[in-house]
Amino acid sequence: MTAPLPHIAPAERARSTSFNEASARTRLDLLLDAGSLVEFIGPEQREVSPHLEIFGLPEQFDDGIVVGHGRLGGAPVFVAAQEGRFMGGAFGEVHGAKLLGLLRAAREIGSIPVLILLDTGGVRLQEANAGELAIAEIMRAVMEARSAGVKVIGLIGGRSGCYGGGGLIAGCCSALAVSEAGRIAVSGPEVIETNRGVEEFDSRDRALVWRTMGGKHRRLLGAADVFADDTVQDFREAALELIGLIGPFGLDRLRAEQGRLADRLRRFGACQDAVDIWTVEGVAHAETVPELPADQFIALASRIGRTSRDAR
Amino acid sequence: MTLDDILASLFPDGHEVRNDNGVIAGAATLRSGGRILVIGVADRTALGVDEAIRLSAHVLESIDRGSGPILVLVDSDSQRMSKRDELLGLNEFLAHLAKVLIHADMHGRPTIGLLYGHSAAGALLATGLATRVLVGLPGASPAVMDLPSMAKVTKLSMTALEEKAKSTPVFAPGLSNLEQMGAVHMTWSDATSLADQLEALLADMPAARDRRDALGKERGGRPKAADIAERVRDLALQTR
Repeated sequence: MTAPLPHIAPAERARSTSFNEASARTRLDLLLDAGSLVEFIGPEQREVSPHLEIFGLPEQFDDGIVVGHGRLGGAPVFVAAQEGRFMGGAFGEVHGAKLLGLLRAAREIGSIPVLILLDTGGVRLQEANAGELAIAEIMRAVMEARSAGVKVIGLIGGRSGCYGGGGLIAGCCSALAVSEAGRIAVSGPEVIETNRGVEEFDSRDRALVWRTMGGKHRRLLGAADVFADDTVQDFREAALELIGLIGPFGLDRLRAEQGRLADRLRRFGACQDAVDIWTVEGVAHAETVPELPADQFIALASRIGRTSRDAR
Repeated sequence: MTLDDILASLFPDGHEVRNDNGVIAGAATLRSGGRILVIGVADRTALGVDEAIRLSAHVLESIDRGSGPILVLVDSDSQRMSKRDELLGLNEFLAHLAKVLIHADMHGRPTIGLLYGHSAAGALLATGLATRVLVGLPGASPAVMDLPSMAKVTKLSMTALEEKAKSTPVFAPGLSNLEQMGAVHMTWSDATSLADQLEALLADMPAARDRRDALGKERGGRPKAADIAERVRDLALQTR
């Protein structure tokens, strides 16, 4: 009998654990090689938000984010995971500063990839100015890290999705893996409905929300390179795959992204609905895409879907 | 000040800056003789996919052919809130604009934002907050989140919110609050020549390193951000 290798994650548990339903810590525990997670400024340090008290709101000892380092497939990685169940994973002053410090260290080291498990509604309303600025600082830090050779990977499949400034951070990453639950957008459904009316966007129409902002659409558009089924093991494998794929960042990437996005507007700018876009892309029976099981969708996406590789 | 007034005061020798349906693009000659690229959003226009792709194109063309600093003028709405924009991936278009500005700034094309009107949320992240130095003009009215929306979500009255805003700059709209956070580096005077103030800034540009967290600490707006970021950075560097 051979003992299991210590650096291998307990794949059984990771395979049977829903990424969407797991907490930020459970996601990291099962995503990384077993027992390798070391947290920076963990909850025992009680570095809480200095602002929530003003509103009489409960604080959380980690301010809703876990940052640290660990190993993935034996190699070192930096990790950050937002807790979507605390204030919708929103960015506040402390929450954002933890991710900022991690990215700055990654830039100085240059060779250790960063995995960001985004699960966020965007800016935390009660500290809106600090949260907005934290997002701006993180976007800058992501680009500085990428320019120094760091691979920054976004993993998106949490209950809060990836909204507001979180969507812009996702757009700055070297690559994204997304599950069906991983909605990515700037304005959330309720925000659009409140500002523009139910005729523009009916936030209670869940099917509309999923096909406009959900992971399948983002994968087919090429916004995300990998579609993951909703297990932590799938996200682990996606992260390993992306680390192997990402090349160096430079101006040529931004030129290619300009071309990629301009082409998207030309091809799909007049489409009224995601189903129209998928049809233009050549998906037969596009209206059935939302019901496709993950394995069939992944096969479809590899056949037809675009990628943003080298163009983001 | 109106956009025309601002451009006239910034570039008394003339300029080739046009406002096309709220999208500002062009260039001007600095008093010191060099050229400056000018882009931006005017007339409180919402920043959607169509506007963002034009702005990023202007910057990329200038990176290929031009030189000198880049000025980003901002009087925008928030991001365009629509089904079409989100369907097409607005987050990628806004991030792309920010990335192009950040890249330019890191590679010899220092960026300055000039917030002269409104701005909010995703539009501010993709424009003014993606520059190295963000300057405010008196009368500018940035609002990450407006108080009526906040009242709705927090279920607090406007009066209660206004009362709380007196004791902290952390949530309420306004230029001075963003200045205390470290987001806005300085406010220029609209009573003297903007050209003088621009030349003075260009002659003494801060380094490209992002110091906004330190500014927020010095100004008392963000008591914890700079220290937390530094502590995490130190701990992470020890893993080498």
